[in-house]
Amino acid sequence: MTRYLIRRVLYAVPILIGVNLITFVLFFIVNPPDDMARIHLGIKRVTPAAIENWKHERGYDKPMLWNADAPRAAKLTDTIFFEKSVTLFAFEFGQADDGRDIGYDIGQRMWPSLAIQIPVFLIGIVLYVTFALTLAFFRGTYLDLWGVVVCVILLSTSSLFYVIGGQYLIGKLLNLTPISGYDTGLPAVKFLILPVLVGVASGIGGSTRLYRTIFLEEMGKDYMRTARAKGLSDVSVLFKHGLKNALIPILTGVVVIIPSLFLGSLILESFFGVPGLGSYTIDGIRSQDFAIVRAMVFLGSVLYIAGLILTDVSYTLVDPRVRLE
Amino acid sequence: MTTFKPVLLWTDALLFLLVGMTVAGALYARRREHLRAPWRSVRRRPLGMAALVVLAGYVVVGLLDSIHFRLPLPRTDAAAAVDRLDYSIEVTSLLDVLLRPLKDHGEKTYSAPFATHLYAKETIERPDGTDARDFPRLRYGGAHLADPAADRGSDIAETALAGTLYGLVVWALTIVVVVTWQARRHNLAWSDQLGRIARGRTDTPWRVILSTLGGLLVCACAVGGLAAKYHVLGTDKVGTDVLYLSLKSVRTGIVIGTLTTLIMLPFAIMLGIMAGYFRGWADDVIQYLYTTLSSIPAVLLIAAAILTLQAYMALHPEVFDTAALRADARLLFLCAILGVTSWTSLCRLLRGETLKLRETEYIQAAKAYGAGAGTIMLRHLLPNVMHIVLITVVLDFSGLVLAEAVLSYVGVGVDPTTISWGTMINSARLEMAREPMVWWSLFAAFTFMFTLVLAANLFSDVVRDAFDPRLTSAGES
Repeated sequence: MTRYLIRRVLYAVPILIGVNLITFVLFFIVNPPDDMARIHLGIKRVTPAAIENWKHERGYDKPMLWNADAPRAAKLTDTIFFEKSVTLFAFEFGQADDGRDIGYDIGQRMWPSLAIQIPVFLIGIVLYVTFALTLAFFRGTYLDLWGVVVCVILLSTSSLFYVIGGQYLIGKLLNLTPISGYDTGLPAVKFLILPVLVGVASGIGGSTRLYRTIFLEEMGKDYMRTARAKGLSDVSVLFKHGLKNALIPILTGVVVIIPSLFLGSLILESFFGVPGLGSYTIDGIRSQDFAIVRAMVFLGSVLYIAGLILTDVSYTLVDPRVRLE
Repeated sequence: MTTFKPVLLWTDALLFLLVGMTVAGALYARRREHLRAPWRSVRRRPLGMAALVVLAGYVVVGLLDSIHFRLPLPRTDAAAAVDRLDYSIEVTSLLDVLLRPLKDHGEKTYSAPFATHLYAKETIERPDGTDARDFPRLRYGGAHLADPAADRGSDIAETALAGTLYGLVVWALTIVVVVTWQARRHNLAWSDQLGRIARGRTDTPWRVILSTLGGLLVCACAVGGLAAKYHVLGTDKVGTDVLYLSLKSVRTGIVIGTLTTLIMLPFAIMLGIMAGYFRGWADDVIQYLYTTLSSIPAVLLIAAAILTLQAYMALHPEVFDTAALRADARLLFLCAILGVTSWTSLCRLLRGETLKLRETEYIQAAKAYGAGAGTIMLRHLLPNVMHIVLITVVLDFSGLVLAEAVLSYVGVGVDPTTISWGTMINSARLEMAREPMVWWSLFAAFTFMFTLVLAANLFSDVVRDAFDPRLTSAGES
């Protein structure tokens, strides 16, 4: 197990190097620092001195990959690639365009994101599995038919509709919660209710339908027929045998997103004005702050890969048939 | 005489290429029984066919909007002197021409659906010369009414009724054509065939198809009649008719939903099959490629790519002649980058399937006969993984249409000048907070998008059921 984990982590290194190279190419080769400076300082009427100054402030005034003027080892390290891209591996994200430390901001902003994402994740799983189980239990009846119809309708609805509709219905019409905003400590709860509700609601259609298919597939298997043949009731067959086995693909399927939870949700956070990492990313994109986007791309990939490794590990924990070699 | 100068945008060309490929594929499949069989089961599913009729309606609107040209400008004296025709810089489409009344009937600002007065009060001059703050009459919406308060209701009802009748007539004609065609095909008396369709006894669910078509026709004709006199879905902030915007958005949605897959297909198919067939280092490299790409969160990769494109476009304005060309380039680029983020899952599926297939007897036999790797992959493997490709294409469509709206909201979607449901929602998202509420832009965008996505979802379910052998063997449990 340990050996397997070590190998997986090592295998992640070339992938992260690849991600790093892609972001480097996108942000520095396709878009050289000179262009970046011009965009930030205004397209027209920029003096070369202003550009040099802008680049110098951010450390972009070095050669890309190879600094011929520097002494020995610094030939490689005193370059944009080393200082801006390689340092990401040490989780040093540098400064945003407004001079703030990105690493510090990420540390601050992950908590509001987690405060929304963890409840959405937990409530979501319980709710979707319950719905799917109900539909699977009443398979072939009108309840199942209409349940699936509702699922298809829900999953055909844009996620923006859930946000706007939720804000209007609960925030404005019923006046139950504030429409948007955030607070620290316990008062934050009243701001969290609506985003969590919307987050859970927007996933109902897709997840319920998917889990229902998984349950139905499980119920078609031989051991379920055997259990029923030996006289067990439908309820105990479904809950004792079916649920346990069907949860394996469901749980391992969602494990991959656990690490990414703290990146937050772009839409939820920006609509509800939550100062989390999702809205941080959106702000970065809207203000064309390449440093923030670069940091989030790298962080996102690291978390996704961590999720993949966790998925494999969780397989061995819940499914004794799977052994990691 | 009106002449015009045709303009072929990149997305137009690709869209028509796709239509051509679909037609060619259909003709090819027609003559082959094993390809016809799954389609026949698609054809027998009433829900799928109803969805297909709705989809076809959207596709027609989208294709009409893809025939672009530039209209000539009115002749100036200088141009007439040298007998030269100048063309407008603005690129129009056939749909624009058909919807000319809608396009030209712009108001000053917001107005509610079927309104005769503007949403906001303005200072207007009374006939007696005094000024007053009141809601001014619209320039076009209900402008023909002498006394809007009294006549509006009856006028709307009359126009809608006339439109409905017109729609019913067209529908009846369609029914006559279909029944005659079917009667001749099955060698039945005309009335017998009509009875069979009416009772739903036909193989293809003609009753459902014709009812859906009837609903669409009646709606389209009624709305069409009303749209000439009123703003059926109101007007937006700058006074543009919302119905016009919604119809123009159809093309953007369809382009994103289809071209994305079209662009990524060659890579996904080629790399997926090669990885599965060659294994070894080729497999390693391709796996590394798609794991790396898929490990970057899709939104962020798209954001990064679009940001760099934006920067490039801002600094190199000389590359694109017209605004339409620039918007089109951005749309195509968005499709490409969406394709980059979505080919990985298809590639993985194809690799897995090829790994399985390469051990089968017929591939082994082909190898034993000395067939080259290229031949085996092209002639023997490709046709046998096509069902996976088809299912993915159809399943991806609805997700891509929805993704466009989200990306436009984030600010990395289509060009702000491109009309799309995403840009409509984005510019209208604060309107719910106004008093009285401006709900119609959002309503229109969400309704049009929802209908398309729902139809696509229903149709893709039917296609998947027909083509996925794993599901058909498991049966309908």
